[in-house]
Amino acid sequence: MGNTIKFLQGNEACVEAALYAGLDFFAGYPITPSTEIAEHLATRLPRIGGKFIQMEDEIASICAIIGASLTGRKVMTATSGPGFSLMQEALGYAVMTEIPCVIVNVQRGGPSTGIPTHVSQGDVNQARWGTHGDHAIIALTASNHQDVFGITVEAFNLAETYRTPVILLFDEVVAHMREKLVLPEPGEVHLVERLRTSVKEGVDYHPYLPREDGRLPMSDFGGVHRYNVTGLVHDMWGFPSTEPRTVHALLRHLVDKLENRTNELARYKEFHLEDADIVLISYGSSARSALHVVEERRQRGERIGLLELQTLWPFPSDIVRTKCADSKAVVVVEMNMGQVMQSVKLAVEHPERVFLANRIDSVFITPADIINILRVIQGKGV
Amino acid sequence: MAVKDYLRERFFPHLWCPGCGHGGVLGGLVRAIENLGLTKNEIVMVSGIGCSSRITGYVDFHTMHTIHGRALAFATGVKLSRPELKLIVPMGDGDALAIGGNHFIHAARRNVDMTAIVMNNRIYGMTGGQFSPLSGTDISATTAPFRTIDRSFDVVELATAAGATFVARSTSYHAQQMTDVIEKAITHKGFSVVEVLTQCPTYFGRKNKIGDAPDMIKWFKDHTTTIGSKAKQEAPDLIERGIFVQKEGPEYCEEYQKIVDRAMGGRK
Repeated sequence: MGNTIKFLQGNEACVEAALYAGLDFFAGYPITPSTEIAEHLATRLPRIGGKFIQMEDEIASICAIIGASLTGRKVMTATSGPGFSLMQEALGYAVMTEIPCVIVNVQRGGPSTGIPTHVSQGDVNQARWGTHGDHAIIALTASNHQDVFGITVEAFNLAETYRTPVILLFDEVVAHMREKLVLPEPGEVHLVERLRTSVKEGVDYHPYLPREDGRLPMSDFGGVHRYNVTGLVHDMWGFPSTEPRTVHALLRHLVDKLENRTNELARYKEFHLEDADIVLISYGSSARSALHVVEERRQRGERIGLLELQTLWPFPSDIVRTKCADSKAVVVVEMNMGQVMQSVKLAVEHPERVFLANRIDSVFITPADIINILRVIQGKGV
Repeated sequence: MAVKDYLRERFFPHLWCPGCGHGGVLGGLVRAIENLGLTKNEIVMVSGIGCSSRITGYVDFHTMHTIHGRALAFATGVKLSRPELKLIVPMGDGDALAIGGNHFIHAARRNVDMTAIVMNNRIYGMTGGQFSPLSGTDISATTAPFRTIDRSFDVVELATAAGATFVARSTSYHAQQMTDVIEKAITHKGFSVVEVLTQCPTYFGRKNKIGDAPDMIKWFKDHTTTIGSKAKQEAPDLIERGIFVQKEGPEYCEEYQKIVDRAMGGRK
């Protein structure tokens, strides 16, 4: 086994994974703290015959990757809060037209320009609700570079499987921190390739007519099937429709194809949950401090565990409810004002037992911050 | 191939108003493509939002009806990904130069090989007659009840300044010339812009008391002239028609391919 070991930034781990997954088109615009992703891909993509383009803004960047995806490429863009805000309309277009793409948001302090160089996890709800209208979305995250790699490959796989944009919600700490990454060998990690239609040239191809298994085979733009793509509500031909049954069916399809598979889409890790009285729930870089607390307290005999979420949307409510069922307290550890805590409260049987350990001062949350909250919950005083 | 073979007849009738100039542009565009002998599979048409952008639905090419103002950005992605395809981007005046102005100048600057057709009726028709950045001053619109004070862009000057390597203007009256310049624009290697003055009798014409469609078309005949004509010297207010810019310049996708070749160092 000759696995390559690298020592690199989280943003570079994301780049390695995207290339491993088959990324061959990237469009982006410089923004801290995501810029290294664009920088590395500017070098790496042309070396493998792929395409890199620096666009005039983030709106143009996401539009360019959607266009490229339609021609059959695996595509990605990377940005941070302000750029992610600009991308929201086109993100909805990708949802509506069911065009696979991966959008990385390396979160920084917000709102507005906020604190570009410091950490935050304030875009969790924006990832879910940022674009207008009822829809479903997949948003994934990770706390260390090996998982950044795995979850980035997963993002490409899910984008292809469900013909959907997938959002990677990383944060400044994971993005800029350097640590070890073991690069899998080619073929070691399963990759999902584009499902292309088997309809022959000259036979009608319906771009929005699902197969029996619910999947929608695609036909590359520029190929033998000419069809229409529109952000308007459309029928199976891709043509605008205001027919109520068509409207209803499309909206249901866009939501159900993901929300009905919430458990299937749930990626998470658990540490010492089997007998935990106190369950920490965390994700991204915050989960590193949470895990530290769990391991330290376990050594003292405390019954505490960690549920680390990697799928943030669709929110894995069933899993959260099950894992927290026997707990006396649930502490959500995150660097925002409780965005995941809200979802946890909706999921669990006893929302009154859900607490928040957070920081919103642009400083990385430490084990001590979490322990302070635990002491309050345990009635020990700070 | 007959002109109608380029159309998706089952999706007619179109949604444009009686007397609208956009149908004439559709006709000119399809005739240009027919004259060039292009196959339907090699053409990708990308549009934004507005009356003009609905043109993509009616043609039997690879068609993408996108979001307001961003058609050129989507088209750039398609073109860079598959440089062998012919990209045609029909846009309205608001779509191209208000919300899409930034993408317009940057597409011109990059000199990506695609053809932007600005169907300029000087009004937002789809939303019911608001002024656009091409309306010009002293125009009546629903959002300019006391007439416009906003100055207009000159599409030709803007495209030229931004670096477009082919820039032309025609009108819906000059159907033959329109077809001819669209043909040359599609053939041109690089970013080509064709501005076509078209009439919106429903909103622009009615609001500004120019008359109905025939009167508006006649206005194009009476108020335009060939580039550098004697008539222009005698009446400087006449709008010039024809090809203003036609020059060679490094095309973006070809330049990018050189980067790929260099980065791969001859490796495959």
